[in-house]
Amino acid sequence: MFDGYTSSELMSIFAMQGFAGLSLFSVFVLMALGLTIIFGQMGVINMAHGEFMILGAYTTYLTSGFFQSYLPGLFGGYFFVAMILAFFVCAALGALVEWLMIRHLYHRPLDTLLATWGLSLIMQQAYRSIFGAREVGVDLPEWMLGAFNVTDLVQLPINGLFVMIIALSIAVGLYLLMYRSGYGKKVRAVVQNRPMAEAVGINSAGIDRATFALGCGIAGVAGAAFTMIGSTGPSSGQAYIVDTFLVVVFGGAQSLIGTIVSAFGISQAQSTMEFFLSGSMAKVLTLLVVIGILMLRPEGLMALKVRR
Amino acid sequence: MLATSAQAATPSTAEVNTTGLAVTDDTVTVGILHSITGTMAISEIGSVQAEKLAIDQINAAGGVLGRQIDFVQEDGASDWPTFAEKSRKLLRQDNVAAIFGAWTSASRKAVLPVMEQYNGMLYYPTFYEGLEQSPNVVYTGQEATQQILASLNWAAETKGAKSFYLLGSDYIWPRTSNKIARKHIEDKLGLKVSGEEYYPLGHTQFNSVINKIKLRKPDVIFASVVGGSNVAFYKQMKAAGIDFTDEKPLLLTISVTEDEIRGIGGENVDGIYASMKYFQSLDNANNKEFVAAFKEAYGDDMVIGDVTQAAYLGPWLWKAAVEKAGSFDIDKIREEFAGIEFKKAPEGYVRIHENHHLWSKTRIGQAQLNGQYKVVYETEELMEPDPFPEGYQ
Repeated sequence: MFDGYTSSELMSIFAMQGFAGLSLFSVFVLMALGLTIIFGQMGVINMAHGEFMILGAYTTYLTSGFFQSYLPGLFGGYFFVAMILAFFVCAALGALVEWLMIRHLYHRPLDTLLATWGLSLIMQQAYRSIFGAREVGVDLPEWMLGAFNVTDLVQLPINGLFVMIIALSIAVGLYLLMYRSGYGKKVRAVVQNRPMAEAVGINSAGIDRATFALGCGIAGVAGAAFTMIGSTGPSSGQAYIVDTFLVVVFGGAQSLIGTIVSAFGISQAQSTMEFFLSGSMAKVLTLLVVIGILMLRPEGLMALKVRR
Repeated sequence: MLATSAQAATPSTAEVNTTGLAVTDDTVTVGILHSITGTMAISEIGSVQAEKLAIDQINAAGGVLGRQIDFVQEDGASDWPTFAEKSRKLLRQDNVAAIFGAWTSASRKAVLPVMEQYNGMLYYPTFYEGLEQSPNVVYTGQEATQQILASLNWAAETKGAKSFYLLGSDYIWPRTSNKIARKHIEDKLGLKVSGEEYYPLGHTQFNSVINKIKLRKPDVIFASVVGGSNVAFYKQMKAAGIDFTDEKPLLLTISVTEDEIRGIGGENVDGIYASMKYFQSLDNANNKEFVAAFKEAYGDDMVIGDVTQAAYLGPWLWKAAVEKAGSFDIDKIREEFAGIEFKKAPEGYVRIHENHHLWSKTRIGQAQLNGQYKVVYETEELMEPDPFPEGYQ
C-alpha cells in the first residue's frame, strides 16, 4: 500500500489528503447542518433538502449573471451578495412550505417524508422548466481561482479554503444561536418537551416555522458554496442527499455536535482511503464502518437524551 | 404536368415494400426514439434535433424513392425498459421503416432483441465501447478503438508522452475504453500506465485523485469522466493549480464535447485535448452548411457536439441505402450496407463497413476559451472500425 513512495512523499500525501478531507468535511457540514436542525427540532425528514441547496446554487448563478451584465466592476465581490440572497430566498420558500404543507403533517413523520419527496420532484421539474435541463456553471472571480503553495506538492486551493471558512462560520453561528440566544433556548425547550414549553408560553408553531426556514436558508448557503466546486443542474441535489443522510444519521440525528463529529470522521476516513484504494472502494469501506458503528450505537454517535 | 412526370419516376409501393412497412405512394414513416425526459434528456435532445433536421432536408430535396418522410417520435424517458417497449410499439404498431435513436449502451442493449425479433433497423448515433455487432443496427458513432488508438499514438509521437493516467466514471464505457487504452499503451507503444481510477457517476470530490496525479506526474491524463462530474473535476483541477495551457500534464478526454463545455465553462477546460471524429469548428464546406442550417433551425446559441453530428448521419445513410437497394425492405437494404458512402457528411466523408460501423477519421481538438475545439491533428486515412479488437480484450 505504501510502497513506491518515499517518506517525504508520504508526509506530503498525508498533508494533502488531510486537507482534501477537510474540504470534504466542510462540504458535509454545510450539507448536513440544515437537515439536522430541521430533523432535530421537528422530527421532519426533509427530502427536498437537496433541492433547496440547488435553489441557492441557481440564485448564485443568477446573481453572477446580473453582476456580469450590470456591475462588472464589482464582480469580484458578487459571491458575498449571492450567499446572502441565497439564504433569504431559500428561507422564504422554506417558511412558505412550512405554512402550506409541513405544519399540517406534524406527528405524522412518514407523511412528511412523502410530502417533502413530492416537493423535491416539483422543485426539480420547476428548475427544468425555468433553467433548462442542461447543467449550468457559475463563473468565479479571479481571486478565487488560484492556490497557496505550501510546498511543491502541497497546495491549498483558495476556493476550498473559502468553503471551509463558510462552513466553520455557519457552524459557529448556529452553535451560538442554539446555545447562547433566547431563540435557541426556546428551540431546545420545544425539542425536549413540547407541551411543557407551550405551557410556559412559548409559541411552538412560530419556533417551528423559524427553524424550518433557518434550515432551508442554510441549505441555500450550502448550494451557493457548492457552485465553486461542482455543477448546478435540476437533479444535482439528488447527488448530495444520500451523503447528507449518512452524516446526519451517523452523528445522531438530533445533535449539532454529533453532526460535526460524524462529518469529520467520515470525510477523513474516506479521503485517506481514497488515496491508497480506489474511489469506489473507499466509499464502500466507509459505509461498512458506519453500519458497524450504528449496529452498536443505533442512536448515532452523540444521541441527545430526550424525554419522551 | 411536372407532378405526373415525377410520379411516373416514383416506383410503385408494391414494388418497394413487400413486408408491410408504413409506406404509401407518397410517404414513408420512420421512428425517432430518444429520451426527451429524465436524466439523459440533456444529451439526447441534440440528437433528436439533428435527426429532424436531416429528415426536413431530405424531404425538401424530394424525399426517399419519391416519398416524403413522416416520423413518429417516442420518449424513452431515460429508462431502458421503456426503450424496449417503445421500440416494440414503433415496429409492431407503426411499422416504421427505420428507427433513429437510443443513446446509452443500456438503452441500445434493451432495444437490440426487439430489433432482431421483429427485423427492424436501428441507426445508433453515439460513440460507444464496441464489442457488439448486429445485423439490425447501424452504428453511426465511433467504436472504442477508432476513438482511442489514434489519440494515444498522437500523444506518444507528437507530444512525446511516456506515462498515462487513466481516469473515468465507473460504468461499462469508461472501463472498456481504458482496457483498450491500457493494452495499447503497454503492449503496442511500450509505455507506462501510472494509474487507473474510477469514480461513481455524479461524484463531485476529486481532490484525492488530483493529489495522486500531482505526485505521480503522468505525461497524459486520459479522461472519460461523464456528465456533471466533469464540472467538478475541471474546476478542482484548475483550483489545484494544474494549468492545461502548459501542456504538462496533457489532458486527453474522450467524453467532453462542445455540449459539455457549456456546463463546465471554457476557462476551466482551456488547453485540454479531445479525441473525437467531429468538432463544430471543422473547416470544410459540408460542415459550414450543416452548422448554418442547424443554427437557423434551432437558434444561434446552439452548440453541436460529436454525437449530434453522428445522429445527423442516420437519416442520410438510410436514404442512401434505400435508394441503392431500390426498396424499403429491411432484408434487401441490409445486403447493400457495405460500401455505402455519404459524401456530404459534416465530418467530411463516411462509408459503412460490412460490420455496420463507419469508416471515419479521428481528430484531436484543443479546447479554446470560447468553448470551441481547434483541430490540431487528424488521421490521414479513414480508420477502419474494429468492434472486436483482437489482443485488446
